[in-house]
Amino acid sequence: MSQSKNKTISLFKKAFFAMLFLLGGLTVNAQENSEAADVQEATSEVISEEHATEKEGVNLKEMIFGHTGDAYDWHITTIGEEPISIPLLCIVYGQNGLDVFCSSNLGHEGHRTEYKGYKIAEEGSHAGKIVEVSTGERPWDFSITKNVASLLISCSLLLYIFLSIAKKYKENPRSKPTGKQALLEPLIVALHDDIIKPSVGKNYKKFSAYLLTAFFFIFLNNILGIIPIFPGGANLTGNIAVTLVLATLTFILTNFRGTGAYWKEIFWPEVPLWLKFPIPIMQFIEILGIFIKPIALCVRLFANMFAGHTMVLILIGLIFIFGQMSVAAGGAISVLSVLLITFMSLLECLVCFIQAYVFTMLSAIFIGMGQAEHEGHE
Amino acid sequence: MSLLTPDFGLLFWMLLCFLLVATILGKWAWPAIVGMIEDRGNYIEESLRKADEANAALANLKAENEKLLAEAKNERLELLKEASKLKEKMIADAKTQATIEANKIIENAKESIQLEKDNVVKEIRSQVAELSVTIAERILREELKTGESQTDMINKLLDEVNVAKS
Repeated sequence: MSQSKNKTISLFKKAFFAMLFLLGGLTVNAQENSEAADVQEATSEVISEEHATEKEGVNLKEMIFGHTGDAYDWHITTIGEEPISIPLLCIVYGQNGLDVFCSSNLGHEGHRTEYKGYKIAEEGSHAGKIVEVSTGERPWDFSITKNVASLLISCSLLLYIFLSIAKKYKENPRSKPTGKQALLEPLIVALHDDIIKPSVGKNYKKFSAYLLTAFFFIFLNNILGIIPIFPGGANLTGNIAVTLVLATLTFILTNFRGTGAYWKEIFWPEVPLWLKFPIPIMQFIEILGIFIKPIALCVRLFANMFAGHTMVLILIGLIFIFGQMSVAAGGAISVLSVLLITFMSLLECLVCFIQAYVFTMLSAIFIGMGQAEHEGHE
Repeated sequence: MSLLTPDFGLLFWMLLCFLLVATILGKWAWPAIVGMIEDRGNYIEESLRKADEANAALANLKAENEKLLAEAKNERLELLKEASKLKEKMIADAKTQATIEANKIIENAKESIQLEKDNVVKEIRSQVAELSVTIAERILREELKTGESQTDMINKLLDEVNVAKS
């Protein structure tokens, strides 16, 4: 079972890297094109026109990282020169103490302003982040960024959905489930009875809250991520910070709640003596495994979601790149791109569920390993 | 923005929000939902089992009823049979009784008829005797009106007596 999972995962990884290569190639092409255009147009006069062509030149890399990354405001669209975005709250703790202000004070892409001694760095290692104007260092940054806003929205949704379902269950126990209750009940039952119970073992009740919450958190955020407009569109589960927190929680629940039998398996596994003494080969591998498992969890979810977003964005970017070369090419490629994007989005819907499912299942299995019993060897 | 270095702010918010959501749902949502689903499952199972039992009981009851009905029918048949037998017997008894009684009556009648007949015969005899005596008297008187005839008669009778003595 986990082998096939690994296969699909490696497939995704291959696709991801293939796309990265493609992306690299395309940006180079785009740059060449814009340079050629620059040379041509350098002969003709005005600076503003050159400025305009620079603007028109599609920088695919920037576009992709702009869409998949975090931001201080929630950009919706740009009409002409005027970006339309939802300003969010900046909360920073720097040299001057705590500062809370609106992100619109810092200007927008291409037109940054300073505010209260803070600015958004245009370049350098902190590019795109709030830094202090005087030192160029990062303050403690608790800003409600696009991802945090999306996180708050999804958490409120989760709370609303499941508390209202729970209320429904309490009010009409034993009645036929209706509405979202009927929609989610099979999922909850399948997770609880078919994954959590058999994987974790007899102490499953202590961990089911975490595992169920993790599944629905990941699933909801994955789905929100592929909705292109406002309440969705943030690439939350494709952000390493989010997956890192989830993987760390699995790590903590696995190891800090681990039984004696689990630790014995690590420090004195049942293998031929020469494998564990005098050179502790097995112990080394096992201890490495403790950390690799959650790291794999973290990277798997992040890479899958990030790759999905990136592929869709590349396909959209293709339209603009070909459109720059000629209108006909752009028109032709747009038909192909739209078809491919439709297919990719459908595939992403599947991936949204699969990744949430895989994360929950592997977490349950790791936690189950931590709950090993002395007799229950393999 | 860096792809692989986690952002501190997001880490902080994610940890806070996720733990909060997990705690709240773990306290108020999951136990209620999972518990109720399990409870409902048990309830449905129990109800099905009970329904099955009730059905079985009903089927039993039906069979029993049918058995009772059949028995009752049999009993009725038997009763009817017995009653008809009794009737026949009664009729037969009555018949024999009647015959006996009738015979008796006939016997009695015969006897009394005989008696009556005997009486009548006796009476007739006595009357005949009386009549014959009277007639004889009358005849004798007629015949013995004269003296000689009376002597003749006496002689004759005497002869007869003599003959009888010897």
